[in-house]
Amino acid sequence: MLILFGRRIGRASGLVAVAASTAAGVIALPLAWRVLDTPEAATLTWSFEWLRWGDQTMRMGVLVDPPAALLLFVVTVTGTLIQVYSTGYMAGHPRYSRFFAYVSLFMAGMLGLVVADNLLLLFVSWEIMGLCSYFLIGFFFEKPSAAAAGLKAFITTRIGDVGLMLGMILLWWTAGTLRFEELAAFMAGHPVATGALTAAALLIFVGTIGKSAQFPLHVWLPDAMEGPTPVSALIHAATMVAAGVYLVARTFMLFQALPVACSAVAWVGGITALMAACIAPAQTDIKRVLAYSTISQLGYMVMALGVGAYAAGLFHLMTHAFFKALLFLGAGAVIHGFHHVQDMRQMGGLRRKMPVTFATMAIATLAIAGVPPLAGFWSKDEILLSAYHASRPLWVLGTVTAGLTAFYMFRLLLMTFFGEQRDKHIHAHESPAVMTIPLVILAVFAALAGLPGSPWMGMWLQRALHVPWLHPHEVEPSRFVMGLSVLVAGAGIGAAALMYGPRPVISPARLAERFAPVHRASLNKFYFDELYLAAVVNPAKRLAAALWRTDQRLVDGAVNGAGLSAWLSAKAQGLFDKWVVDGLVNLAGAIVHAASAVTRRAQTGLVENYMLMAATGVLALAYFTWWNTG
Amino acid sequence: MIPWLTLVTFTPLAGLVLILPVSGQRVSLIRGLGVLFSFLPVPLSLVILQAHDPQLPGFQLVERVAWIPALGIEYHLGVDGISVPMVLLTALLSALAALASWNITERAKEYWVFYLLLQVGMFGTFVAIDLFVFYIFWEIVLVPMYFLIGIWGGPRRQYAAIKFFLYTLAGSVVMLLGFLALYFASEPHTLSIPALLEQMPRTGRTFQCAVFIALFLGFAVKVPVFPFHTWLPDAHVEAPTPISVILAGVLLKMGTYGIFRLCYPMLPAGAQEFGLLFAVLGTVAIVYAAFVAMAQRDFKKLVAYSSVSHMGFVLLGMAGFTLAGMSGAYFQTFSHGILSGAMFLVVGVLYDRAHTRDLDAFGGLMARMPVYGGLLILFSLGSLGLPGLSGFIAEFFSLLGAWQLRMPFVIVSGIGIVITAAFMLLVFQRVLLGPLNPRWAHLPEIGPREVLTLVPLAVITVALGLMPWLLTEITDPALDAILRASQVPVP
Repeated sequence: MLILFGRRIGRASGLVAVAASTAAGVIALPLAWRVLDTPEAATLTWSFEWLRWGDQTMRMGVLVDPPAALLLFVVTVTGTLIQVYSTGYMAGHPRYSRFFAYVSLFMAGMLGLVVADNLLLLFVSWEIMGLCSYFLIGFFFEKPSAAAAGLKAFITTRIGDVGLMLGMILLWWTAGTLRFEELAAFMAGHPVATGALTAAALLIFVGTIGKSAQFPLHVWLPDAMEGPTPVSALIHAATMVAAGVYLVARTFMLFQALPVACSAVAWVGGITALMAACIAPAQTDIKRVLAYSTISQLGYMVMALGVGAYAAGLFHLMTHAFFKALLFLGAGAVIHGFHHVQDMRQMGGLRRKMPVTFATMAIATLAIAGVPPLAGFWSKDEILLSAYHASRPLWVLGTVTAGLTAFYMFRLLLMTFFGEQRDKHIHAHESPAVMTIPLVILAVFAALAGLPGSPWMGMWLQRALHVPWLHPHEVEPSRFVMGLSVLVAGAGIGAAALMYGPRPVISPARLAERFAPVHRASLNKFYFDELYLAAVVNPAKRLAAALWRTDQRLVDGAVNGAGLSAWLSAKAQGLFDKWVVDGLVNLAGAIVHAASAVTRRAQTGLVENYMLMAATGVLALAYFTWWNTG
Repeated sequence: MIPWLTLVTFTPLAGLVLILPVSGQRVSLIRGLGVLFSFLPVPLSLVILQAHDPQLPGFQLVERVAWIPALGIEYHLGVDGISVPMVLLTALLSALAALASWNITERAKEYWVFYLLLQVGMFGTFVAIDLFVFYIFWEIVLVPMYFLIGIWGGPRRQYAAIKFFLYTLAGSVVMLLGFLALYFASEPHTLSIPALLEQMPRTGRTFQCAVFIALFLGFAVKVPVFPFHTWLPDAHVEAPTPISVILAGVLLKMGTYGIFRLCYPMLPAGAQEFGLLFAVLGTVAIVYAAFVAMAQRDFKKLVAYSSVSHMGFVLLGMAGFTLAGMSGAYFQTFSHGILSGAMFLVVGVLYDRAHTRDLDAFGGLMARMPVYGGLLILFSLGSLGLPGLSGFIAEFFSLLGAWQLRMPFVIVSGIGIVITAAFMLLVFQRVLLGPLNPRWAHLPEIGPREVLTLVPLAVITVALGLMPWLLTEITDPALDAILRASQVPVP
């Protein structure tokens, strides 16, 4: 099992990485199948005592239950395909092998996260992934914007990580364990929601907000597109960002018992989904459109978990991984074939020059737009259905988002592949087979991955994902919800066709003018970056500078002041010593000197004088003696 | 029975004696002797590690000889679970810093004499269990340190050396007063630590608190605890690289060691009374020093302030009065010794080549020095507390242990963690990433000797991050005893 963690840092070439990833897949897939296919029984666990202090112990180990098995499947399949693709995309880069070393380390982290049986090991893997993400975003580090994007990603997610860490600590003191199985047992024994548990769940969710780029910490993901495109596909679309969703799913035993935490999760997800869907239509960079789309879809998954649709959330995670990886790889193929231009306004008409890329992208776009019977339709419909039953406002949010999604995705497709190429100087070409074959395979998944969860297969996936501690969550199928979501998707597609089709009926530019404030807000991503810069980053920098001055002037000033005053007082004492103490000594000397000058006069050297003095002395003595006795 | 503790303490002194008659011209002979005698304590400390059984209570490998019988003073050495790792750390960092002293040729003889004398003082501090002996070793450290900074230091070395010397001396004088109070409060009068550990918890609350403060002041300057920290950045910036390594890696630990060894178990009333103060000082240090570090342009100053911030976790962890917190605090003591030692070595490598530490003068070095960059990244990640490396274990358990009693402080210290991540990553960005500054186009990659000094530290950082029990199994029984002693109810 732990072969999955095989880390190969160093001079690993692309082939080694692909081989290792395939090997992981070969090990993981039968395992995943076994766990998913045999209900109830098969959950693999193994653990050892990691740390003990006093009577408390922490154990580390692995737990492969149905959700973990599903993720193993998703991660190894998309991971391997993306790495195959990367051997073509990254060919000839001077740091080719380092790229694969990072990606392999990332895969190890992701697989470790999936199989971790406790929050602490999950957190370790979580941070390893974050680190790889940082390196890979800043892979072209000679470019300052790439380095800055890496920094932003790491620090923003770090805020979430601190929340997660505090959540873990609180959970440890509340439930006495960080292992998922023991948590489930604990929650089964404590069905009543307490403040501490709710706080712990919410703190853990802060981790999700950071990692899965949820509102209000979503700002790092669009910038993360500075990384190489396969990385965007793997880390910033299919797997790592979904880890936040997985975290909620893993700790779902907490959330399902805590209504406050649940509704917070649902609303954050819903708001994120809609907000990102509103930003995406105004973007012109092909990767940024996809980045906002990713944020929006992650919001969908989070919302699904928030309304209690555990299986639907994971289901959407899976389908999204396939079609979004495909979209990014397709976009990568376009960028690769279009000489590293990412602005859609220069593209157009590429369907003739890149037929394979076009066909696969089209499938993915239909899938994400929710056109039946492709993958996205089933999972999205599941979520909307649950939202419909749980909370009508959330359902409205979700449905509007679905329409917007269909709109901006078709906008992307139409601007890129239809019409005439707008920048005629670039000679576009199709990508090599090593890149197109993964596209085709992913397209198959994007088309079919929804079927295991569809009523046609009797909701097999949803049943397979069931874990013993899960509260039953049955929702009535509704033709109204399903019909409306298809209708909305159709409307979105239609609007895109009217605006960006070969013969536009509505001019996008005119529309943008008409709704200038809305358009400007959307174009500027609702000014989140500016807000954070003004409200957080700059004040932090100013505070740092201010505290540094305080340290120099006040704290160190006190020390130097003490030193100086000691020195001054020493000086003063020196003066005192010189003039007063020593002066006294000298004064004494001077007095003696003066006295001796007086007495010296008496010493005349004349015998008569001495005799006289002696006689006087004797007389005086005699007088004193007489006076005393008398 | 072989007196291992005396051996390890005075081996550097033997080297010193051998170097004294050598002519100052024969630099390579002196250096060879110096390095050799800095390395000899490493196997000796491993023997001590082997001989020490963590499960047994009390002090082990005890050596006890009457010294000044009239005053009840003895030459009394012994180790327990919290001193053995410190002896190891001292031996390791002294050896590695000796390697890093290779290029010091100016007045080499004096340098090595002072350097070896410094080691005697450090070892002695960690193995002495008579306060008289402890104090002598503690003060022995000051003198060579003063000269090592004052002679081989940077442009403001005089100022930094005097500041260091006077500041820590002032602290230790207060500490000495505390020792005298302990001496006169004991019956019969003694300075033996085991005897005092036995007697002192039974003394009155006021007395304990007063002595606690006196001892704590002495240790706080050394740690250094906010607001007594300002000597540290100056001393670090001016000190030569190997001396910075020793200063951050070992000298600061003498302060926390003292708190573990004396303040907590000997004066439980003080510990209970000032637990809140520890939490406050720890949290302030974590957040405040992190912000100050972010404002630095001098690489060494940045690392120095990050040290102040990291040592805050020690106080916060101790303030929690749980074994997890004590364990985390001690883990931080050890792990920070490794990581900050490594960080100063890393800075030194860069300074040797570029002759500047101005962070804004670099850029793009990752392309030029990938091995160096990798090591720099590893150690900075360790100190920003990346899981899988030793710094995380330390921070996590300090916070975990402090949570129950000091929850608000734990939450506030989260700000410090984020800021630490920010300034560490800003270091990468300013030094390693971005376009290569053409000024450094010919900077040579890190050399094999320098790699050799860093690799052991890297191995330890990773090993402790993944297998924390390697350290906690040695320390936890002793820490548990300290914790119990510090919780004794006081009349």
